[in-house]
Amino acid sequence: MAGSSMTPAEVDHHVAVYLRVFAALLVLTVFTVVVGEFHLPVITAVVVALVIASFKGSLVAYFFMHLKWEKMIIFATLALTVCFFLFLLFIPYLTSGTTPTVIYGS
Amino acid sequence: MSSEIRYIDEPHPVTGVTNAKLGLWLFIASEVMLFGALFSSYVMLRSTAPVMPEHGTILTNPLAWPRGASILSVPLALINTIILISSSVTMVLSWASLAKNDFAGFRKNMGWTIALSFGFLFVKAIEYGLKFEHHMYPSKCTFLALYFTLTGLHGLHIIGGIVVNAYLMYPGSAMWKTEPRRFMGRVECAGLYWHFVDLVWIFLFPVLYLL
Repeated sequence: MAGSSMTPAEVDHHVAVYLRVFAALLVLTVFTVVVGEFHLPVITAVVVALVIASFKGSLVAYFFMHLKWEKMIIFATLALTVCFFLFLLFIPYLTSGTTPTVIYGS
Repeated sequence: MSSEIRYIDEPHPVTGVTNAKLGLWLFIASEVMLFGALFSSYVMLRSTAPVMPEHGTILTNPLAWPRGASILSVPLALINTIILISSSVTMVLSWASLAKNDFAGFRKNMGWTIALSFGFLFVKAIEYGLKFEHHMYPSKCTFLALYFTLTGLHGLHIIGGIVVNAYLMYPGSAMWKTEPRRFMGRVECAGLYWHFVDLVWIFLFPVLYLL
């Protein structure tokens, strides 16, 4: 091995996992489109679409980005990021009723 | 005192990971906040937008929120989703090829990654062209403004990824002969970035096109 500490058998195992994840992502993508055709109520559609997208994103992060084999410091960094991201995402709800409806209503 | 950055190709004794990888993850964290701000804008604008009347259009009701599929092409977006997921696989396979000391395999898979990236941009250009043909510009309505901002920023990230991957495929690959561990680390970091770009699209696809 020139640059890796993994054995060829370990690499082959990784490749087999990558290909299975690829198949799962394709199936979930088609599933996302099929669910979108059902014209579900907005809230249900948003929840279903984001649950599927989160599952797909987790597969990418866990296997392709090697989080499955990653050290604690990376998880700590990501946990902090997720906290800030959720705060950012919920700012509109935390401040609801303050300005946007006034702008549209005027 | 040396100004050389240490622990680039070997794990730092405290963190257990290379400084290069930790730095890349911190960069990804900042990218999460960048796209997070735009997603937050999406949530705010959408949750406060008036409901689109039954026979309304974005031209007559620019503030109302249309269903993405009614004005965007889901088949083209589906093709782009498959292209991007495929490019993520070829990217990780290029890293796996290096792990097996297979440099030719690395170049082949990296070549596919770059080709698929151009394929993504090509399909996106067709999609933009169709929008412009129908006079659907960012200034037309709130939805289109967000659509072009989010997909445009994502497209810029694709172009950035192509530049880095092309560098690693040709001029940068000379490092494989002299410092293979460091080169492998670079490919892994480029892969992390590329998978993040794929991950962003995984969320953009349903949010913009299907809801």
